[in-house]
Amino acid sequence: MVKVHLWSGLRRFTDGADVVEVEAKTVGEMMKALVEAHPGLDPVIKAGVSVSVDGKLIARGLHEQVSDDSEVFLLRQLKGG
Amino acid sequence: MPLDSKTTGFKYIGTRPDRPDGIDKVTGKARYGADAYASGMLHGVMVRSPHAHAKIKKIDASKALALKGVKAVVTRADFPTGLEGEDWNIQENCMAGEVALYDGHAVAAVAATSLLLAREAAKLIEVEYEVLPHVTDVDEAMKPGAPAIRAGAADYSVPEGLHPNVMRYIEYGHGDLDAGFAAADLVMENTYKTEAAHQGYIEPHACLAQLGSDGKGEMWVCTQGHWFIRRMSAAVLGIDVANLRVTPSEIGGGFGGKTTVFVEPVALALSRKAGKPVKMVMTRSEVLRATGPTSSSSIDVKMGMKKDGTMTAAKVTMRMQGGAFPMAPIDSALDCAFSCYNIPAVHHEGYDVLANRPKQAAYRAPGSPMAAFATESLVDEMCRALKLDPLKTRLKNASREGTKASFGPTFPRIGLVETLEAALAHPHYAAPLGPNQGRGVASGYWMNWGGETSVSAALGEDGSVTVSVGTPDIGGSRASMALMAAEALGIPYENVRVNVVDTGSLGVNEPTHGSRATYATGLATIEAVKQISTKLCQRAADKWGIPAEAVIWEDGCAKPSGPNAGEFPPLAIGELAAEMGGTGGPISGHFEATPSGHGGSFGTHIVDVEVDPETGYTSVLRYTVVQDAGKAIHPAYVEGQFQGGAAQGIGWALNEEYIYGADGRLQNTVFLDYRIPVASDLPMIDTVIVEVPNPGHPYGVRGVGETGITPPLPAVANAVHAAAGVRLRSLPMSPPRILAAIKAKG
Repeated sequence: MVKVHLWSGLRRFTDGADVVEVEAKTVGEMMKALVEAHPGLDPVIKAGVSVSVDGKLIARGLHEQVSDDSEVFLLRQLKGG
Repeated sequence: MPLDSKTTGFKYIGTRPDRPDGIDKVTGKARYGADAYASGMLHGVMVRSPHAHAKIKKIDASKALALKGVKAVVTRADFPTGLEGEDWNIQENCMAGEVALYDGHAVAAVAATSLLLAREAAKLIEVEYEVLPHVTDVDEAMKPGAPAIRAGAADYSVPEGLHPNVMRYIEYGHGDLDAGFAAADLVMENTYKTEAAHQGYIEPHACLAQLGSDGKGEMWVCTQGHWFIRRMSAAVLGIDVANLRVTPSEIGGGFGGKTTVFVEPVALALSRKAGKPVKMVMTRSEVLRATGPTSSSSIDVKMGMKKDGTMTAAKVTMRMQGGAFPMAPIDSALDCAFSCYNIPAVHHEGYDVLANRPKQAAYRAPGSPMAAFATESLVDEMCRALKLDPLKTRLKNASREGTKASFGPTFPRIGLVETLEAALAHPHYAAPLGPNQGRGVASGYWMNWGGETSVSAALGEDGSVTVSVGTPDIGGSRASMALMAAEALGIPYENVRVNVVDTGSLGVNEPTHGSRATYATGLATIEAVKQISTKLCQRAADKWGIPAEAVIWEDGCAKPSGPNAGEFPPLAIGELAAEMGGTGGPISGHFEATPSGHGGSFGTHIVDVEVDPETGYTSVLRYTVVQDAGKAIHPAYVEGQFQGGAAQGIGWALNEEYIYGADGRLQNTVFLDYRIPVASDLPMIDTVIVEVPNPGHPYGVRGVGETGITPPLPAVANAVHAAAGVRLRSLPMSPPRILAAIKAKG
């Protein structure tokens, strides 16, 4: 199971959990599993998020690999100037 | 590491050749946004709201249309309906619908055969308004009774009970905050405010647009990202992106402000209606009133520290207004607030708030300078209270590889410690100071960006190489790309030409933003030209009758890879290129990706100022920027980015601000009143390039464009405190404000 760390504001969509465990081998599978387990996250993910996997910030790479040992954070979507 | 890495032993990387576009720019040959002309071209002019908030009751263009030479007038009725989300926001910002939301908001536009005539016609367009209550201050906009600008538009994140002007709410953190504050010897808490500042690019927005009745069009435009311009314009007008070809002009500054549209869809709409090409060029006043300055902010910061300087806990609450539309950069501001430090307990809270101001746009490290102003000012105040050295205290708490970042993930290899050590060792930090002089330091962070990237490279018959990129050259990126291509191929810098090409020539490219061009376009350039060398190795192998695997590419030549491959003299790129038509045809390379190995960049600044106690005027005496570049491809341009960020930050700290009157109208709409620093205001800004290679780039590159604007706001505030004995927690620290603080101190 991949442990996905969420920002605190999302706790109300996950029964109060800051960390959610899902079965996934890629970022895309992880996103899908998150929404299936917690439908309240659907508008959040659709609005745009970034994912940090082992310190690497992935904006749109749904095929990127994740494993049970990965450090995974769901982050707000970022952009620069 | 995604590619073969090379961080030492470079031949071209790290040299300082002349920029390839330099002669055109200094001789006036370079063509900017306003330099385009087309046969039968019309000139477009916008009609703008004189009110901060007003219902548009009626627009009568009959008198304007009666003028000979006036060919078209457009209002919101000429744009499609039904857009949603950010597309609607962009459309509404380009042309108001039912309500003008800020002073300067476009409500109509006219196209005529001359600019003078178009201006005259714009004055004849009669707009009837019903003035509504307005609010421009972020704290006022959240109070009960403040006018609701777009009731019901808040997203899922906003808890019940907040003012309808709050569009988004963010909360996150880690660790036991109460325990952290309890463990501290000193807990301090203050509120800091920053005013909106403009990017201050010298070239105003300009475009030449043509859109036919068949829905096909072209545009020449000054922009940081023409694929963004294409997508946004197409969405606003309801046309397919493939029907719009966008070519970028040279660009006279952007700093984030040219990553979106303002006049471009309107010029296309006028062209479609008039059946002629339409050119639109903003005036400086239009740029200041109606493009995208930064957010203004109001920030509460609380921090706990032990007597030895160890940070134990920190909390930030940030309120930002991003104009009359959502998406103020609270996300990145919060992420950067405590990113420099390894603090066991942190908590972040942010409010994205509407106000009757123009829609904010990105500006160099969006949000981070405001956050740094609050955090790094408070750190300085605490170091003073505990009599600690501010640099050593920062070093003691500095984030490093393996630190759990304040925003969550664990940091990979980063270079903050190295910048702090270099600043501590710099002679500037130990130089003596005179009367009324003070020294300030601060650190800052920007996470940088990768983004969608597509690059092609083509081999010429003489062995030279043309690289086609989609990221406009703002800060010398043609030179950087040419250096990386030259290094990868082993050919002279002068034999590589880099062209910034139009949207019809490559796959999607994000703009030159997020400090990404040298990193992402550079990575794609290296990969594209490596495909050329691979193909050249194949051609040599065919010629020699050996397997391609037995051939290597080295110093611009194909060579047998060892004695077992046979004895053949090296074949230079020019020889192979000259005969490529007969050995298999044209040779090119292409690479596209959304690279995610961008490494964040930290910086530490030292500044000396002198404050005149009689006038409150601040002179910047000496300034040193120390920043991690990963690997400086063209060191002169890296230094230029460092200096530019510092200069803009100094302006934001000391003078620049959006001044709104009680009527909600912007008071300072020209550069005489909106005071950006000029060369005579600044000392020569010294630079120290720290190189902690980014493992996510083949040559170790980190983006450098944005971090440099992050430390100046607090560094200058800390220096002013040291010089004048007064702490200013509200920007800008203009002479009247400093003088008032000195007098209040007594």
